[in-house]
Amino acid sequence: MIVVRDLRKSFGDVRAVNGVSFEARDGEITGLLGPNGAGKTTTLRMLYSLLPPDAGEIRIDGLDPARDAMEIKRTLGVVPDSRGLYSRLTARENIRYYGELQGMRRAALEQRIEELTGTLDMGDFIDRRTEGFSQGQRVKVAIARAVVHRPQTVLLDEPSNGLDVMSTRALRDYVRGLRRAGHCVVLSTHIMQEVAALCDRIVIIAKGEVAAYGTAAELLERAGCASLEDAFVTLIGSEEGLLA
Amino acid sequence: MKGLATVFRKEVRENIRDRRALFNSLLLGPLLFPLLFVGMMWFLQSAEKERQEQTLELPVVGAEYAPSLVRFLEQQGADIQPAPDDPERLVRDQEVQVVLRILPEYPEQWRQGLPAPVEVISDPSRQESNAAIRKLKGLLSGYGRQMAALRLQLRGVSPQLAAPVMIRDVDLSTPKSRAILAVIFLPYVLMITAFTGATHLAMDTTAGEKERKSLEPLLINPVPRWQIMSGKMLTTMVFAMASLALTLVSFRIVLPWMPVGAFGMDLTLGLATLLRILLVISPVAILAAALLTLLASFAKSYREAQSYMGLVILIPMIPSLIFMANPIKAEAWMMAVPLFSQNILIGEIIRGESVPLDWYAMSFASTLVIGLALAVVAANLYNRPKLIFGS
Repeated sequence: MIVVRDLRKSFGDVRAVNGVSFEARDGEITGLLGPNGAGKTTTLRMLYSLLPPDAGEIRIDGLDPARDAMEIKRTLGVVPDSRGLYSRLTARENIRYYGELQGMRRAALEQRIEELTGTLDMGDFIDRRTEGFSQGQRVKVAIARAVVHRPQTVLLDEPSNGLDVMSTRALRDYVRGLRRAGHCVVLSTHIMQEVAALCDRIVIIAKGEVAAYGTAAELLERAGCASLEDAFVTLIGSEEGLLA
Repeated sequence: MKGLATVFRKEVRENIRDRRALFNSLLLGPLLFPLLFVGMMWFLQSAEKERQEQTLELPVVGAEYAPSLVRFLEQQGADIQPAPDDPERLVRDQEVQVVLRILPEYPEQWRQGLPAPVEVISDPSRQESNAAIRKLKGLLSGYGRQMAALRLQLRGVSPQLAAPVMIRDVDLSTPKSRAILAVIFLPYVLMITAFTGATHLAMDTTAGEKERKSLEPLLINPVPRWQIMSGKMLTTMVFAMASLALTLVSFRIVLPWMPVGAFGMDLTLGLATLLRILLVISPVAILAAALLTLLASFAKSYREAQSYMGLVILIPMIPSLIFMANPIKAEAWMMAVPLFSQNILIGEIIRGESVPLDWYAMSFASTLVIGLALAVVAANLYNRPKLIFGS
């Protein structure tokens, strides 16, 4: 469960995040939708404690990233915008590295990697070096690496960037699986289809502010539109930077 | 500290698989420098030998004024050549190294028993003509001494009267202390190796990680950043040490191929000596790893980091260059200065001198303290978000 209240962050004169508030509940997928440069990545970086907020409040299961950074990092699984894998390590070694950094025990870690190899269908390439992996394979490894320690909260930044149709389907299935298991999932995207297909609750962000927040039905009602896509465009005020 | 160990293990495994890292850290220095050394010694020695054995090619102006002098020069192996029109131009244009001019007043002066004038026309600022000049002057003064002795004998005077002082060389240098070249060159190479051995890893684990976009996800793990950075620096240090050890071993292996008498001494690097040198220089590896990591952390990409490194590599050269230009006597206070102290100590070890133990301790401690201070700064750099995202 994530609670964000009036979050603010500036870089010099640029107000990247300017008063963002929302809640993300366990057993739900919350989508941050907004054009590129709206402040989604900055918001996520403050959630996973890599950026200190200028003002505002964040609570993740009651913990504050500013004060309990180490504790929060144990309960978070993050697939950040930059998914750099180590190209000279195999997929398994990449995942194992993160498991070890999370302080997992050897046996439990190996078992968990086997389990993830099955769930994410990585059997074909788990023991290959990640150099030359396709985008789809990379995202799978990045996800496995992020959730290897079974975090309660999972944050994904633009997870379907550069993925083909099959990989996108696999990704969505996996994220739905997390929701079924009662995890709190937050994903950011600029693709309208993605939120429509996945998210229970939608936070529309534009120019660092929350333009609208609610379930799909609530957003449709508020915008007075028949389709979600029209509703998004109406609520943001422009189509720029969004993908259908 | 578990996080530190995990990072260290991963970096070692990853870099052992990296051909570029292996080449830069473990092959380039250890192979290149000793081979360069041997090649240089061979070149220097053969060039010197060639010059000494070369017959002196000597154009003589006014040979007709001093036929007996010219005959003497010829007997001594000089190749007398006909007089050129403009000897000064010939020397200036580097067509000949030296020209002898016998002046017209030579016969008259000679007959009267007065010093007979000859001119040695040359350009001593040109290194390669020095051997020819020295040779010619030696021959001329030899001729002079011979004639002086004859004149004295003709007058019934013992030539010994004209040599009131006899100089005898008593050489007290031990064979080892003559190893000037090795004493300068080996510390120089080892200093550079400590830095080159660390360079690639320092850049790859920081700027490289940023460039490959793996730094951000790495820092989301619940491991304090100083531990992550320390693990990286430890890897860099180990590679620098390995590079140093391999360089020493490879020097040990090529030594028998050195031209005989290259040092005028028997330079053997025994195991004990190698270990002592390695111990002396090990804090430099720590210093280099910390300094290079610190600098590379500011770069956004491997390439940008590389542009900083070009300057840093000058640092380990400074002490050697100073010693080459101005050899100074080792004193205790110098042991507090990193790089200088190692330079002196390694030189003393090679020369076979005994060095006070507290000198070793002081050199080790001062370099280590500065290295660790830099490491602390580097370890905390990634607490600044600006450096993580590089924007």
